[in-house]
Amino acid sequence: MGKNHNTQTGQLTYSGWGRYPKQEASLVEPSSRDEFATCLAMSDPREQKTIARGAGRSYGDSALSEILLSTRYLDNFSSLETSESGHSTLRCAAGLSLAQILETIVPKGLFLPVLPGAKAVTVGGAIASDIHGKNHHIDGSFCDHVDSLRLLLASGEVVDCSRSHHSELFHATCGGIGLTGIVLDASICLTPLSSLAITQSSLIASNLEECMELMEQHLKAKYSVAWIDCLAKGAAKGRSVLYLGEHLPASENNARSKPQALKRRSEINIPFNAPSMLLNRYSMAAFNSSYYALKKSLPATAKIDYDKFFFPLERLRNWNRLYGAKGFLQYQLVLPLATAREGLHAILERVARAGKGSFLSVLKRFGKGNSNLLSFPIEGYTLAMDFKVEDSLFPLLDELDALVLAHGGRLYLTKDARMSAEFFRQTYPEWERFAELKAKCDPDQKFSSLQSRRLGLTR
Amino acid sequence: MKILIIGANSAIATAVARQYAQRGDQLFLVGRDASRITTLSADLTVRGATAVSQEILDLADTHRHNALVEKAFEQMGCIDLALICHGTLPQQEDCERDFDALLEGLKVNTLSTLSLLTELGNRFEQQGSGKIAVITSVAGDRGRRSNYAYGASKAMVSTYLQGFRGRMHAHGVDVIDIRPGLVDSPMTSEIKKGLLFSSPDRVARCVVKGIERRRTTLYAPGYWRFIMLVVRLIPDSLFKRLKF
Repeated sequence: MGKNHNTQTGQLTYSGWGRYPKQEASLVEPSSRDEFATCLAMSDPREQKTIARGAGRSYGDSALSEILLSTRYLDNFSSLETSESGHSTLRCAAGLSLAQILETIVPKGLFLPVLPGAKAVTVGGAIASDIHGKNHHIDGSFCDHVDSLRLLLASGEVVDCSRSHHSELFHATCGGIGLTGIVLDASICLTPLSSLAITQSSLIASNLEECMELMEQHLKAKYSVAWIDCLAKGAAKGRSVLYLGEHLPASENNARSKPQALKRRSEINIPFNAPSMLLNRYSMAAFNSSYYALKKSLPATAKIDYDKFFFPLERLRNWNRLYGAKGFLQYQLVLPLATAREGLHAILERVARAGKGSFLSVLKRFGKGNSNLLSFPIEGYTLAMDFKVEDSLFPLLDELDALVLAHGGRLYLTKDARMSAEFFRQTYPEWERFAELKAKCDPDQKFSSLQSRRLGLTR
Repeated sequence: MKILIIGANSAIATAVARQYAQRGDQLFLVGRDASRITTLSADLTVRGATAVSQEILDLADTHRHNALVEKAFEQMGCIDLALICHGTLPQQEDCERDFDALLEGLKVNTLSTLSLLTELGNRFEQQGSGKIAVITSVAGDRGRRSNYAYGASKAMVSTYLQGFRGRMHAHGVDVIDIRPGLVDSPMTSEIKKGLLFSSPDRVARCVVKGIERRRTTLYAPGYWRFIMLVVRLIPDSLFKRLKF
């Protein structure tokens, strides 16, 4: 979480994980549920807007506003129950991070059904973003495994929401980027974990066509995600390494990989902002080429522990500093199956021509979407690219927007810091229903972020 | 291990309790706020504690300490570790103007702790084993102009522990004085956080490790030992001019 002290106003400057944009705000850390209600009652929405903030791991401005209500002290587990049929359900508070949950449930032989690339995200954030993981094509997104949640509304009322109870509010809150209220706690269905180890196979694809074909062939693989070189041109355009993963079955377990607490991995901290000059088209192209060459030369299958498989970047603490002081934008789009091939070609072409791009661009096959109003996934392909912030980036992204729109796709709100209200409305058809519900459950518009104002969802 | 945690709702106590719960220990929690203690009990059970009992008590009420300690021993059979964590941060300015404010701080931070130590000491003497750990503060190392009311309330406990440790040593009981530095917790919500602030989790890891290694005086995190050494070495002629 980016923060800097401003001694003049007594406020701090906050930003999302991308460190762009930055906003002066007051961070309040209520230590109990009652204190949350008091904070809400005391705030005057005509003067200052409020938004909940968890780990600060959404990339853009969706958790930025004048008052940030931190969920840091909503960090307790309530219950862990296993039904007769063997289904385990965890009830816990919204401020717990997925890493903290894993620490507790993995030794009991249980696992989270959906994991993103960052384990620092909180349950509240995971719900507000309806996050997805490498198994979306099989298991859907995080909220598909949330049975119910308790929501603190702007009025101070606490509502239990589920698919059968206040279902409209439930489907608006799941993926609703924090605009319906503050998620206090949630019930999450867990999956059994046979082993700590994941069998990972890496397949080399020399271009985009090959990569997409491989993904279609391996739709049954539990986990699948591809690293893609978005700077390669010509015949090599879209060359990639597809990673497939399966949990190691219990029968092949050796003692070391039986579910138990993992040792803390040593971390490498990026202590300060890298000079952004270091990231240019030549260094990026060189990095991507060597990464591709390295992966090509390594053995195609390996047994690795889940932490390494799911969170390869988490070992680099504060890796967002690598993009320099101005920060970076992650542009994550999804295109429907029918237009994905054509659309991805056009987009990669444009990005390679501009020579902008990043260390790690990621391509993933999504399964079917769900009925949450603002959830991102639709069946098709999602591509995520990091770009360091510079003036010449914004016109490029506008061009990419046009391509995404033309191919019937959309952008992930959790990564967004710049899409226009018009583009949002064109690509999220349920926005009107969301806005109606928002007017009902938060008439004074207490909950409002920089993003929701930009998108025209709130004042 | 069988662990008694007094003042379990404090941020450090909660973080320490979670570490022990994860190891599968048995816990007896004491605190004033019933709903928060109940929430914490459920949390510790999910994290892996083998058993969690609770007792709701305003610790300033020293007359009930004897019954409390009796009950904890009765419930768990023996106690391997008693950890006293409760405390308050009185406003320095209030204490300067109003003796009652100072007295209130002393009752919670000092007198109730000494009362508990009296009860625990007698029982642990009989038991002939175990550890008693008390959370004091680096503020007790030297009275500072901005915070001497709180500092004095903790210093008395630290001084008491120095002698108490000797008495208990003869009976095979370890006494540990835990002095946390600045902790980023609800108790310090009004204070701007600088580089020297540590998270309750970080402090808790130091505490658990220090208790295991049977330290006598434990600074948490450890670098506070050096900071406070420097603070103690400043000559009075200079110190009286400092505002911190």
